Amino acid sequence: MQSTAAVSVSASAIATGGARSGAARRPGGVRVCGLRGEALACSSLRISQAPARRAATKAAAAANGAVAGSGGFDYDLVIIGAGVGGHGAALHAVEEGLKTAIIEGDVVGGTCVNRGCVPSKALLAVSGRMRELQDEHHMKSLGLQVSSPGYDRQAVANHANNLASKIRSNLTNSMKALGVDILTGVGTIVGKQKVRYGKVGFPDKEITARNIIIATGSVPFVPKGIEIDGKTVFTSDHALKLESVPDWIAIVGSGYIGLEFSDVYTALGSEVTFVEALDQLMPGFDPEIAKLAQRVLINPRKIDYHMGVFASKITPAKDGKPVLIELIDAKTKEHKETLEVDAALIATGRAPFTKGLGLENINVVTQRGFVPVDERMRVMDADGSVVPNLYCIGDANGKLMLAHTASAQGISVVEQISGRDHILNHLSIPAACFTHPEISMVGLTEPQAREKAEKEGFEINVVKTSFKANTKALAENEGDGLAKLIYRPDTGEILGVHILGLHAADLIHEASNAIALGTRVQDIKFAVHAHPTLSEVLDELFKAAKLQPREGRDSKPKQPPQPLLKVLGFITSLLSSQ
Amino acid sequence: MAGLLYLHSTLLTSASALRRRAGAPASSSRRRCRVEAKIREIFMPALSSTMTEGKIISWTAAEGDRLAKGDPVVVVESDKADMDVETFHDGFLAAVLVPAGESAPVGSAIALLAESEEEIPLAQSQFASFSPSSSPPPPQETAAQEASPPPPAPAAVSAPAPPSPATQGGVRVVASPYAKKLAKDLGVDLFSVTGSGPGGRIVAKDAEAAAAAPKKAAPVAAARPDVPLGSTVLFTTMQGAVSKNMVESLAVPTFRVGYTITTDALDALYKKIKSKGVTMTALLAKATAMALVQHPVVNSSCRDGKSFTYNSSISIAVAVAVDGGLITPVLQDADKVDIYSLSRKWKELVDKARAKQLQPHEYNSGTFTLSNLGMFGVDRFDAILPPGTGAIMALGALQPTVVGTKDGRIGIKNQMQVNVTADHRVIYGADLAAFLQTLSKIIEDPKDLTF
Repeated sequence: MQSTAAVSVSASAIATGGARSGAARRPGGVRVCGLRGEALACSSLRISQAPARRAATKAAAAANGAVAGSGGFDYDLVIIGAGVGGHGAALHAVEEGLKTAIIEGDVVGGTCVNRGCVPSKALLAVSGRMRELQDEHHMKSLGLQVSSPGYDRQAVANHANNLASKIRSNLTNSMKALGVDILTGVGTIVGKQKVRYGKVGFPDKEITARNIIIATGSVPFVPKGIEIDGKTVFTSDHALKLESVPDWIAIVGSGYIGLEFSDVYTALGSEVTFVEALDQLMPGFDPEIAKLAQRVLINPRKIDYHMGVFASKITPAKDGKPVLIELIDAKTKEHKETLEVDAALIATGRAPFTKGLGLENINVVTQRGFVPVDERMRVMDADGSVVPNLYCIGDANGKLMLAHTASAQGISVVEQISGRDHILNHLSIPAACFTHPEISMVGLTEPQAREKAEKEGFEINVVKTSFKANTKALAENEGDGLAKLIYRPDTGEILGVHILGLHAADLIHEASNAIALGTRVQDIKFAVHAHPTLSEVLDELFKAAKLQPREGRDSKPKQPPQPLLKVLGFITSLLSSQ
Repeated sequence: MAGLLYLHSTLLTSASALRRRAGAPASSSRRRCRVEAKIREIFMPALSSTMTEGKIISWTAAEGDRLAKGDPVVVVESDKADMDVETFHDGFLAAVLVPAGESAPVGSAIALLAESEEEIPLAQSQFASFSPSSSPPPPQETAAQEASPPPPAPAAVSAPAPPSPATQGGVRVVASPYAKKLAKDLGVDLFSVTGSGPGGRIVAKDAEAAAAAPKKAAPVAAARPDVPLGSTVLFTTMQGAVSKNMVESLAVPTFRVGYTITTDALDALYKKIKSKGVTMTALLAKATAMALVQHPVVNSSCRDGKSFTYNSSISIAVAVAVDGGLITPVLQDADKVDIYSLSRKWKELVDKARAKQLQPHEYNSGTFTLSNLGMFGVDRFDAILPPGTGAIMALGALQPTVVGTKDGRIGIKNQMQVNVTADHRVIYGADLAAFLQTLSKIIEDPKDLTF
């Protein structure tokens, strides 16, 4: 494989930002898209080198301006929704020489760029620094003296907003530069390979496309009984504008979104009460990681929590009364208590945004709003058969609601319509939560791995390393953390990696790439890591993994480093002696 | 119901691994693995999904004891119950990190387990480097699902770790999360704090101020009961119900039979299993239930004066004095439930009774009642038979008594006087006498109580 850099920054189920460049087929060199290195947003930074390919790309870009796509269609590919998924697909489509259009009814960039990972990263960057500066003990142990750190709420909010605008314009420019037609309006599928778009309710323009990708994403899910006013009871959409920092905020839902916001709010001085319906905080995480996260991210902070309860009714603050949250037992549905808080953030997950797509015109029935797809993202109709030339990627299909998943799925679809079969391995897609310290994961959790192992009759092993033993982490005075590897001792296959610790979100890619490429523990353990770096946490992890001895296994190291070094040393000494 | 200990080994050596790391980075992980196989940490287990820390009631094993997999090591009091915790591995208890009486957060190390006797000193030396104000407890070992499920009983017990602003006694406390945390750390009772936050909410500075304020002189324990002398007070609902029942009881022809039971063996058993959370009340209820199995007529009841019912189950009601009255929580199927579960159940019932949360079936389904005034030093008394049941037993104090033994000597034995009141329409003198004899045999040789 050649050098394709996929720089991804992700977030929460808000949609973890970032794009994996799934099809790493170009030899690296020149930046094709308009994104700049410092704009680490929800987009991929591509590097391409082959002149031939570059020419083809340019040709494609030029051709895209032509009157029609091939075979009598207006376009080879029309993408409905210009979020991260649509953007990733559009860029790749142009590279493949497809005449491409993207329809967007709101702003380019979708949830991730405007209301998700990007602005939340700006807030988290602030909260991380605030937390550090406020931690006298931490500062003192580094020998630093800081007097009374403070912040300007509006300036923090501006930082988040400016970042979103910047990334949005980068995204827009990158598509324009390549010649992707950006069509403004709401897209509706009116028939086979036919899309209408325009103002809501008045889709006046009709285009035909050889292939259509639905990439309409999702919106915050608000359970019934909860009244949103956008000021005191709100979702992540409003929270990211940081119009206020309440003294006491209840966060309903303790998944990624809730956890990240608890990090932001507590750093800015709020007290937080979690309301979680399940009996465990952070239910989606590996249980061991969740426990440690509770110890590091919740217990020492100004946070308390109610578990096993639903917020059955939330009333915004008005007439001098606080926000009222009625809690009922998740099992018995009995009223448990009423919370009185200053604000409530609803972080109960996200619901697909698929209304008005005209799916009924092609006999497709959504499932809880999600568009049913097969493993190749081909849309399935009500009879369970594939709808030709129609695909759905990203949150709208609900397979794995992360921004970079959408992008990877989009690239996978473009590969298929360019004549190369491609199935995305979702187990190789990393996820991250950008708390301080961060949490990241790829593959299976330990309970999932155990279940699979039992079902399929193999053994698993778990090894762990601590950030406490890592030089770089200790230099930063950030020794809290754990990395955990779940693997098969018989084959060395990596099943899952979970990290909680400093820069965990950046560290996970060594593991996710290994899973994507099928690299095994016995091979990756010989890869060299620079010292001293946080990456050595994973280095130690792979080295700690023991395999079952098996007859016939190639016991010789593939690249015997010692002899090679000796030979090199010998040659060097010969050269220098002359 | 014993919880399983998490045994975990990876991070024990992190400090030393770190030192080694500077010199020989490559070898550290391998060497660590070798060490980790031999000395394991015993962790505070999560005995329930809501438990965040546990108090160690007692260590059932001492340092240096040899332990086999499955042996009980420690008794832990969680937010819900006391549990025996067993070890997961064979080995020697090398060092106790958290002594009895202290609490530790879930997942933190509470003891070290060495694989062989030779390694005990090594483990103890590691303990020395391990404990002092060391870093936060290491990450936990394999997953919560390995822990045994929480005891099934405590359903209505309120949430533990963060004290919730629950309604108690009709007073609502609204306190911010940090105020609650501070109050817990500073030992401030939030009910006594006036909030200065929005809407009268208690905020952090209120909790701090309350902690800083000089403590009001605590009311003297033996102070005169605070009652309005000379005034007439209407019955509460509970008092009304008691009054009605007591008058009804006059319609039943009752008689009494007393017995003196030697309790030395029972006392010895109690001492042995007290640390596992077993209470004397549960032991006596269990003994009574086992005696009733052999004398079903004593467990019967007569309601209409024409027929009587042999009750299908043995449910022992035990009278408990609560604020403003008397209630009789019921230990269902006391003959069948093991003594440890019965003790936990009893603890739960008493807590619920005090919080006035007992459900009707939890206090009115008894088939036989126990009433104990022994804790006040009462040596014998006489109970009124609750309507709808066949018999009630009044228990006096267990006290050392000078007795003459069969071989003509004088000795001191612990004895207890019991006195049964029964409905003579269905239970006759000989029935009660035979029952009491059986009971006394069970108490004097109590090995069956723990089966």
